[in-house]
Amino acid sequence: MENDILNIRDMSIHYSTPRGTLKALRHVNVSVPKGKIIGVVGESGCGKSTLISAIIRLLAPNANLASGAITFDGKDLFGLSEDEMRGLRGTDISMVFQDPMQTHNPVLTIGRQMTDIQYRDDMTMEQKTKRAVDMLTQVGIPDPAARLNQFPHEFSGGMRQRIAIAMALMARPKLLIADEPTTALDATLEVQIIKRLEELQADIGCSILFISHHLGVIAELCEEVVVMYAGEVVEQGSVREVFHSPQHPYTKALLECDPGHIKEKTRNLPTIPGEIPDLVNIPAGCAFAPRCPRVFDACHTQRPEWTRIKEGQHALCHLAGKEAVQ
Amino acid sequence: MLKFATKRIGLALVIAALSVTLLFIIIHLIPGDPARTMLGPRATAEMIADLQARMGLDKTLVEQILIFFGNMLRGDLGMDIFSNRPVATIVFEQLPHTLALILSAIAWSATLGIFLGCFSAVRRNSLADRITGVLAVSFIAAPAFVIALYSLLLFAVKLKWFPAIGAGEPGDIGDIIWHLVLPSFAIGLSWVGYIARLVRASMLEIMGEGHVRTARAFGLPENWITYRYALKLAILPTVTVIGVGMGFLLSAAVFAEIVFSRPGLGKLVIDSITTRNYPVVMGSVLVSTILFVASTTLSDIVNAILDPRIRQAK
Ligand SMILES: Nc1ncnc2c1ncn2[C@@H]1O[C@H](COP(=O)(O)OP(=O)(O)OP(=O)(O)O)[C@@H](O)[C@H]1O
Ligand SMILES: [Mg+2]
Repeated sequence: MENDILNIRDMSIHYSTPRGTLKALRHVNVSVPKGKIIGVVGESGCGKSTLISAIIRLLAPNANLASGAITFDGKDLFGLSEDEMRGLRGTDISMVFQDPMQTHNPVLTIGRQMTDIQYRDDMTMEQKTKRAVDMLTQVGIPDPAARLNQFPHEFSGGMRQRIAIAMALMARPKLLIADEPTTALDATLEVQIIKRLEELQADIGCSILFISHHLGVIAELCEEVVVMYAGEVVEQGSVREVFHSPQHPYTKALLECDPGHIKEKTRNLPTIPGEIPDLVNIPAGCAFAPRCPRVFDACHTQRPEWTRIKEGQHALCHLAGKEAVQ
Repeated sequence: MLKFATKRIGLALVIAALSVTLLFIIIHLIPGDPARTMLGPRATAEMIADLQARMGLDKTLVEQILIFFGNMLRGDLGMDIFSNRPVATIVFEQLPHTLALILSAIAWSATLGIFLGCFSAVRRNSLADRITGVLAVSFIAAPAFVIALYSLLLFAVKLKWFPAIGAGEPGDIGDIIWHLVLPSFAIGLSWVGYIARLVRASMLEIMGEGHVRTARAFGLPENWITYRYALKLAILPTVTVIGVGMGFLLSAAVFAEIVFSRPGLGKLVIDSITTRNYPVVMGSVLVSTILFVASTTLSDIVNAILDPRIRQAK
């Protein structure tokens, strides 16, 4: 606990929708140790963005915290006043959002936006601009000084994503939260950015909560991985353990579906059959049961328990620890 | 920017030329011979032929249009048969009064409307927002001439706070503004409501966009986000609407000028229609049309200044 920069305990987030209460997150526990990079994977809609919006308390207006608490750097985040919370945003916690095309204000120059976020710093405009230029150089934007005068639409998606990373790291935060920061990039650029993130992380010494559905990137960058399914954490552990001996059938299926894992030429890319359950009417028992290849009676009626497999690996499955899921 | 402006102004010229042509054709399609109607039932055939020749009505429509354009480019809108003064002079005497009325109406209604729109948007669904909403909708629903009549009766006749008629002593700015208050209020009021609703809606949409979330995630103060980040975007549709709204304001100005017996383009049109003064009707409608085209063009250019995506569009 003391080693954790971020600690999320038993957090449930519900959205009120016309169809009823959508339970986007249920009893989620995640912790990010100081100086470590933690990855979060899961299919689209499993609640990854909801999780990180909750951390910086920028949830949609129809969201509410049904249970749980978040501790960041010793502070109870949900206990902070709005001003105290705002004081953390962009200083101790910073954020790279999922959609780079929507991240920047379209009618203000990148330079203006990069200097505005330094409004708390007691520096001259030249110093702020210089810092922005340095940061852009570090994420590999060519000719940064000139480009500061340009508007977001004059940059490609990949460049905007890198600008977002530059902005997030400019304040040297204690925790960087990155929501799929490499999805808008092509493979070579993705590798470059991952390398750059690693270097910057080592330099700044921050922790990173890294959201992705790209397992290869998680394997490359992270020490620990959290696997989410339908609003729950179904498996958690060191990257090595989880990737080599996955305990939850969902993790195993994810790994099999990862294009990086497919060695032979095939016509049919493997997919996980079925769909993520409706989060308004979640089935009793295990949420993954309807799609699970190893399903048995108890799965439909009984909630699985969070089971310790070995040091640093846990899974939410009736079979976990009982036998190797193969 | 220069490229955008040049292109847009070029387009405006084409549109203006087309609408003037159309206007010309429409006026000439109106049944009845202008010369005959202007001279009245007791005119002789000779007199009519003479007037037709002076007005150029004996030529073909195409010839008339070409001559009209040729004259127009030289600033000649023809002669007023009755007063024997150039139409252009008559129209440009009246134009400043109407422009002052319309521009003052836009200025106060846009300022107040934008303020109320932001006010509502940041207090979404609060009591204050609901009250502002009801007020805005009732402003929109109230016709300008009704407001003009009632404000005249209340503020000018009963309370005597403002003058009832005229445009004020020429040259005396204070007096001119004094005379402008009520008519400007009357034609601007519904715009306050309209702009308030519009700004509120676009503000709410923009406050939900990703870039606002980014600004919040960097801890920028909420006021800063609202007024320096979001409003800059929320104002764009308003600029367009004001540009197009010039047409509505021109017609609202007609009522206001009649109710308050103000000199102006609107009053000129009505007066010349009742006296069947075709050249003056044509001249004043023409200037109004050009005013309308100019204001939509101007609003596009303002939008381009505010929005780099428009400015730099190929
Ligand atoms: N404002 C909202 N109102 C109602 N439901 C919402 C809202 N935001 C998200 N949801 C729902 O919550 C669930 C989780 O959404 P979330 O965006 O957190 O998923 P995600 O894992 O980030 O997906 P992706 O990989 O596509 O970004 C989804 O079922 C989504 O439809
Ligand atoms: Mg997401």
